Amino acid sequence: MIRLLTALLFVLSLSSGSARAQDADDAFQALASGSFDQVRTGVAQLVASGSPRAAPVITALQAGKLYASSDHALFIKQDDDSFVDAATGAPAPDVMASGVKPVRLNNAVRGAIDAALGALQLFAPDPAIRLQAADAVFTAHDPAALPALKKALATETDTTVKLHMQQAQAAALLVSDDASEADRLAAVGVLRARGDLDARGFLSSLSDQPPAVATAAATAITSIDRMLQLWGLAQSVYYGLSLGSVLLLAAAGLAITFGVMGVINMAHGEMVMIGAYVTFTVQQALHAYLPAFYPASLLIAVPLAFLVAGLVGVVVERSLIRWLYGRPLETLLATWGLSLVLQQAVRSIFGANNRDVDTPAWMSGATQLGGLTLTWNRMYIILFAILVLAALMAALRYTSLGLRMRAVTQNRRMAAAMGIRTPWIDALTFGLGSGVAGMAGVALSQIDNVSPNLGQSYIIDSFMVVVFGGVGNLWGTTLGALTLGIVNKFLEPVAGAVLGKIVVLVLLILFIQRRPRGMFPLKGRAAEA
Amino acid sequence: MTPVEPKVSRRGLGRLGAAAATIAAMGAVKAATTSAAAAPPTGGTIKVGILHSLSGTMAISETTLKDVMLMLIEEQNKKGGVLGKKLEAVIVDPASNWPLFAEKARQLISVDKCAAVFGCWTSVSRKSVLPVFEELNGILFYPVQYEGQECSRNVFYTGAAPNQQAIPAVDYLASENKVKRWVLAGTDYVYPRTTNQILEAYLKSKGVAAEDIMINYTPFGHSDWQNIVASIKKFGTAGKKTAVVSTINGDANVPFYKELGNQGIKATDIPVVAFSVGEEELAGIDTKPLLGHLAAWNYFESVDNPDNKTFIDTWHKFTKNPKRTTNDPMEAHYIGFNMWVKGVEKAGTTAPDAVIDALIGVSVPNLSGGYSAMMPNHHITKPVLIGEIQGDGQFNIVSQTPGLVVAQEWSPYVADTKDLIGDWRAPMKCGAFNVKTGTCTAGKKA
Repeated sequence: MIRLLTALLFVLSLSSGSARAQDADDAFQALASGSFDQVRTGVAQLVASGSPRAAPVITALQAGKLYASSDHALFIKQDDDSFVDAATGAPAPDVMASGVKPVRLNNAVRGAIDAALGALQLFAPDPAIRLQAADAVFTAHDPAALPALKKALATETDTTVKLHMQQAQAAALLVSDDASEADRLAAVGVLRARGDLDARGFLSSLSDQPPAVATAAATAITSIDRMLQLWGLAQSVYYGLSLGSVLLLAAAGLAITFGVMGVINMAHGEMVMIGAYVTFTVQQALHAYLPAFYPASLLIAVPLAFLVAGLVGVVVERSLIRWLYGRPLETLLATWGLSLVLQQAVRSIFGANNRDVDTPAWMSGATQLGGLTLTWNRMYIILFAILVLAALMAALRYTSLGLRMRAVTQNRRMAAAMGIRTPWIDALTFGLGSGVAGMAGVALSQIDNVSPNLGQSYIIDSFMVVVFGGVGNLWGTTLGALTLGIVNKFLEPVAGAVLGKIVVLVLLILFIQRRPRGMFPLKGRAAEA
Repeated sequence: MTPVEPKVSRRGLGRLGAAAATIAAMGAVKAATTSAAAAPPTGGTIKVGILHSLSGTMAISETTLKDVMLMLIEEQNKKGGVLGKKLEAVIVDPASNWPLFAEKARQLISVDKCAAVFGCWTSVSRKSVLPVFEELNGILFYPVQYEGQECSRNVFYTGAAPNQQAIPAVDYLASENKVKRWVLAGTDYVYPRTTNQILEAYLKSKGVAAEDIMINYTPFGHSDWQNIVASIKKFGTAGKKTAVVSTINGDANVPFYKELGNQGIKATDIPVVAFSVGEEELAGIDTKPLLGHLAAWNYFESVDNPDNKTFIDTWHKFTKNPKRTTNDPMEAHYIGFNMWVKGVEKAGTTAPDAVIDALIGVSVPNLSGGYSAMMPNHHITKPVLIGEIQGDGQFNIVSQTPGLVVAQEWSPYVADTKDLIGDWRAPMKCGAFNVKTGTCTAGKKA
């Protein structure tokens, strides 16, 4: 790796002032040179020079805010689009944006920046930044960082940060030339205790170790592998739950329109797509008119998507589906045609390209729970699926509309005789199912492409879930979705994604052969009809 | 469920039918207006067919190519057309439906009498029209990077063959990033399968062990990448630098990159080099998590030279949208169209046989600052560029081959095709000539 950490040593032990100024000048020249290799060495030199401008300049470089003029002078672009001189930090009012070009990065430079900032920030006041810095030093594992780490460890108070610094120290120690065998063995122990993929990766990259250390490293790898295998099972269950929650969201609306009403709605996927496009529109509108509410765009999109997709559902029911009740084949063809019409309509309005729906910061990234990696977007979608399901069940059970819906689907004539306007209940039920699909679209916009074809990829899966779970039963749909999700995720690593899907389909067909009404068939007279 | 009494009346059904008929009629009217708008009023015209999907799944990529063809034709007509005649575009919509491609191709050649057809995107659509072009002796310009292993007399391949995209990208990673372990991830269809077969053989010939190569296929539009990304992450912890070579089809890339970002895999850890991700695809993505991942193409919108600037300006003016991106297949059409114009002028006629012969050896400027030439194997010479994805959805060009790369239509890394060459000049006139046995295999067609 780069020698910048050697240089850091110099910083800490303080070299002579004039040499440092000279080094910094060289570093600035290298940064402005336009060649990736020179920029990389420039980053190292700049840290080495110990110049107080190192941290702001390298941070600006990382953010793409470092600009070079044609005569190799460097400037940092401020948030208000004005420039300051990189070497002095003084404002540079006569620099025009047209006269300077950003300093370009490639992956090698980016790696050097990460390591450099890591070394610079081991002493940062914010523990979160120190933690990042310790991890960056672990990734770089340059032995030259050892003195700095030792110094940082002596003053560190936060236990998590301390642990990560010790791990960084262990890694750097193992690749240094002059560590004792006992120290090395202890270092292997620290990494074995860390026990994650990064530790495994580092341990397996070791070479030229004393035999005892090499054996210890090999044992550590085996032990880590065994642990990871156990965690792997839990991880697969999580992946399965996450896929299941997506399937559940996509299928919940269909469980109403197909499960409760018996309408084979091939345009169900397009309701999901409409929900996703509502999210896109909401984000665009907020961005243009109410930027303050932008972070809450998804929360605003959820009810809107429900209303828009629900309204489309009511219109579709009133204008198309109500003429076709009791004629499944015609319904299938008509709704399939409708799905094509809706797709092309969206394509004409929004264009054929994918639309960019932002993921809010609070939904990006992952958290670590033992050996489990839990991605935030998937966690929120699982949570959202639970909420949608609960709301739907509550609506069916506790609202008067829900009561009427159940009455109409159980015995239409009797319900009509009791004074319920059955045609309107049909329309509202279909609207409810479509609205739920619209809400699913908001969630899917976070993990899939927002394109006119979005719905198509979910329609087959949705039908599979509803049929498998038992038509007309929300609990069945839930269990069906989760089972299919988990089975899929356990099959995928063994059989591959393509074959896995086929195997699931074949299993499903066999299951339906044995139990045509799914896992939880409706019992009683309603089911016979 | 309770049976619902059929409520639809005869009249209702009639109305429904009428509605359907109206929709169909609207479609027909729309089609009629497009071709009417494209037709210039003058007499003697040369017809140019445009065979790109304007609806269905491929519309996302192909609509742009239709637009760029219209622009090129308009520009050419401003310069006085070809052979003193105006060009007339004939647009058909094969609707992402492969058999329909063949039907529409037949219509373009035998009904509309198009002098040349520019079209197709997926390999399966090209395979579908191939017999039609060979039977009716038409000319097809195919603008997309593809898996090679084909060389037809009636097709001019202006996109990259594997050695003009995939192999230089792998070389770049191996030399610049010291990559020793490779994940070949692709969508499960002909282009990724063939490309990965070639890459696997190539890597093995470079001394990469079998256990250092992981091959993974996913279905079209795959959106749940959780455990595939997790297994890539695991594959990357064997102590050797790992990279992903992605032949994942355009759309499925977005969730793939998102998952990489969420699981904390950065381009500095495991870089991904993609062959199907261009400016057009990135326009629909939040590119923050993609920073530093790579793509290999023969053209990037960010190429800095006057020709490209003019092209982009003309494109923005033509589409009346200053934000429309340009991409590699558009450049391929730009090159292909200019080659065809030159070929027709050289032949002095639009007769297919004369033009096919005249096209070989024609050389026109490309947009990356050099000239591309049509070789006897009906493929063109191209520079290979590697770009890193930037925050603004453009590519930062980090490597460019010093010269132009000549296409290998038949891969030397596949046992069945290593002795084959294509040469459509007389006297060989063969798309698959076996240099060992000295015979033209697979007939005179391809």
